[in-house]
Amino acid sequence: MPGTRLGVTVRVRHPPMASLHDRPAFEEQRLRRLSKHEASSRHILVRNAAARLLTMRASVRASRVEFIALGIALLVGLMVAAPVISLAVTALQPAVDIWPHLLAYVLPQSLRDTALLLAGVGTLTLLIGAGTAWLVSSHDFPGRALLIWLLPLPLAVPTYLSAYVYVDLFEPLGLAHRTLTLLMPAAEAVHWLPHLRSLPGAVLLLALVLYPYVFLSARAVFQAQSADAIEAARTLGAGRFTILRRVILPMARPALAVGVALAALETLNDIGASEYLGVRTLTVSVFSTWLNRGSLAGAAQLSLVLLGFAALLITVERIGRRNANVEFSAENPRLRPRTKLAGLKGSLAFAACLLPALLGFIVPAAYLLGESLRRSLAGRIDPSLWRDALHTVTLASIATALALMLGLIVILAARWRPSRTATAAVSVAQLGYALPGLVLALGLLAPLLALDGAIATFAQSIGLASPGLLLMSSGGAVIAAYVIRFLAVPTGLLKAGFERIPRDYDDSARAAGASRLVTLAKIDLPLLKPALLGAAILVFVDCLKELPATLLLRPLNVDTLSTSIYQYASRGSFEEGALAALIIVAASIPPVIWLTRFSDLPE
Amino acid sequence: MSRHRAAALAFVAVLLPLQAGAAEQVNVYTYRETKLVQPLFDAFTKDTGIAVNVISASSGLEQRIKAEGANSPADVLLTVDIGRIDEAVQAGITQPIKSAVIDETVPPRYRDPDGHWAGISMRARVIYASKERVKQNAITYEELADPKWKGKICIRSGQHIYNNALFAAYVAKYGEEKAEAWLRGLKANLAQKPSGGDRETARDVAAGKCDLGIGNTYYWALMMNGDPDKKPWAEATRVILPTFEGGGTHVNLSGVLLAKNAPNKDNGVKLIEWLAGEKAQQIYADANYEYPIRPGVPLNPTIASYGRLTADPLPIAKIAAQRKAASTLVDKVGFDN
Repeated sequence: MPGTRLGVTVRVRHPPMASLHDRPAFEEQRLRRLSKHEASSRHILVRNAAARLLTMRASVRASRVEFIALGIALLVGLMVAAPVISLAVTALQPAVDIWPHLLAYVLPQSLRDTALLLAGVGTLTLLIGAGTAWLVSSHDFPGRALLIWLLPLPLAVPTYLSAYVYVDLFEPLGLAHRTLTLLMPAAEAVHWLPHLRSLPGAVLLLALVLYPYVFLSARAVFQAQSADAIEAARTLGAGRFTILRRVILPMARPALAVGVALAALETLNDIGASEYLGVRTLTVSVFSTWLNRGSLAGAAQLSLVLLGFAALLITVERIGRRNANVEFSAENPRLRPRTKLAGLKGSLAFAACLLPALLGFIVPAAYLLGESLRRSLAGRIDPSLWRDALHTVTLASIATALALMLGLIVILAARWRPSRTATAAVSVAQLGYALPGLVLALGLLAPLLALDGAIATFAQSIGLASPGLLLMSSGGAVIAAYVIRFLAVPTGLLKAGFERIPRDYDDSARAAGASRLVTLAKIDLPLLKPALLGAAILVFVDCLKELPATLLLRPLNVDTLSTSIYQYASRGSFEEGALAALIIVAASIPPVIWLTRFSDLPE
Repeated sequence: MSRHRAAALAFVAVLLPLQAGAAEQVNVYTYRETKLVQPLFDAFTKDTGIAVNVISASSGLEQRIKAEGANSPADVLLTVDIGRIDEAVQAGITQPIKSAVIDETVPPRYRDPDGHWAGISMRARVIYASKERVKQNAITYEELADPKWKGKICIRSGQHIYNNALFAAYVAKYGEEKAEAWLRGLKANLAQKPSGGDRETARDVAAGKCDLGIGNTYYWALMMNGDPDKKPWAEATRVILPTFEGGGTHVNLSGVLLAKNAPNKDNGVKLIEWLAGEKAQQIYADANYEYPIRPGVPLNPTIASYGRLTADPLPIAKIAAQRKAASTLVDKVGFDN
């Protein structure tokens, strides 16, 4: 769940905190400006030398740990970049026999479908997310408090589940059809059913579960609307909707861009829903080019086109995030009071906000609950469910632990020894989520197999029996994919967490003689507990829901909850996977609630 | 540090069983659904004591085996379609199965003369016809392009492997030009954009969206005898065994191959021979509703009720050779659009 990548913070401005590092330079400059007398300068120089001596002694002692951290951070950056590099290398292989065919028949259609899907999902999530956020943040109406918790819940439903559930509900002989048959003959009722297996259907179903990205980022901004700007507009004679259009929305635009970009990235990543609904996006084409047309090079080339889209979206998101931080003065935090809506207007507002939450979360959850109950009462639960759940939890736990550790090390490397390389490593580490899972898995195949081959050769050379493909057969490949894709969560959260820890703490500890590691263990980590916990929850649940990379890289005898659901759905009997799906949704609810609380301003 | 050591041990302890252990093993990569093949493998383990490790996927296994290279743990590849068989052989990931048992049991038409693969069971691609709206009892594949069926046919994606094999057979019989014309005619007769699977096709026929649906023999039988929710779909339709104009229904093979770098080669051959044996063939017929490849094994009554199957005599290898052409034609006529 990349909600933490929303990264829209509302910062209260305090006077800049000076630290031991900053003080000499800062004061030096200030004094130089105020007085050019040599006596003062000598005084400053002596003090600076003392400060430098102190830091230098400490820094020599700590440098080994710092270098190890930097080394690991660089390796992590390399690990995240490896799939992209490998894809680029594969794409360079000539795919002569297939590329003309792809160009003529596959690429135009895929580009068109992908562009339309992204545009549709982007627009719809913007309307739903921003609209509900505005209603809920700027107005008071009965049921508002409930809606604040309910509206982000569709995040708990993976995109593929939304597709499977709604198709089941609305296809011929499904629940909707059977209900309609009570009113009219079956053959006629068929024509009333919406064609969900289409591009518009896909736009609707994806938007219903992805709008919370826009909702959460919009809400963060709308919540903190300063009263001043709006009152100024009102004194100039602007009506309510003019204020919305010309004051509030422009202020919120960067945050909205972030939300829409995230929703679009998730759309690009999705393969379950697109394939099921018959929309041939680039991701689906990558899949079918590799598997049905047997061309890895062609698939790699299409993947690079896909990555181009993703890169565009990340740029939008990054620019948006930089501009999206709203600052208002801590001395006089006047938040705009909410407009009261009563009676009919209040009920309409409630209904308008309830609808997306109903369709995006309540309906799928209720369906899954119903099907699971029906099957457990009839004793038709697949016994392999518990085995699949065990595999899922094992893989997710290991990946979470690794991601947390590596994320922490990467952030520490940048914090301990700020340098361009360290900052670059952090940025690269945070880019993993932009790689669609399928593309990531394809890109990982070559490096992982090369690594496995090297391990096997090494083992044989020292006389051990060949371990076969160690990483692939042990689930290491799946774990690697999870870590690369979800590393952005711990890095983002820990970065924000560390920013709240003043540098002075570190410096005082060092001045007292503590090593980097002791400072970390005794001071930083306890303060970071909420960020660590949040990151652990989010990564764990993201791993539970992951589908495409797991499908491709999983070892013998291993199925996860999501791959088993996918296989049921491919056979046309998705309901048999209802309990597995319910487990995924139920497990995803606590993180969404945590996320809501995390981004909510205290009232 | 001890916490880390414990974590590392836990890592190894949990994942090690996922790897090949010490006892007799055979590693199977299969396209068949796990639920369908698990009874087979359990019976095999009971008979021989060899444990079966399975990975099942709906696509991509031969590419994975190829990528895994010399250290691949795959012993046996179990496929659902001749296209997959052909791709595996083309990818160079197989070795000849040298087995007298297979040579005696499997008819020469359904195994590779070079010994790289052998058919284990058969299924036909047939018509699910609406009981109330379709009166005829026989139909040809060629007739499906006839304008009289305009807006009345449902089918899954033209790129799906089962359709790919059917279209490849058409290309092998009539050549690319005639096949393209036929595909255009068929496309014009579709009631809706291709989507879903064979089961959805049967559902759409039962719901009245179309009169004819194209699907495999076992799906209908599964619906008839499986989940009671799905039975009405099967009951609203009947199965017609279509033929080509020269005679013969298009059949597809479920095949088995031996991986080139199989670490447990002997166990792999044992499994392959067992799959052609009477017990396995009976399971295929009864539990999976397929046509067994071994002569003399009785059919499941539901399958037998379709009528007598006369398989298309065109050699499988010739059909497989036209798969790429068929796939290109599907793209060219915009079949899935």
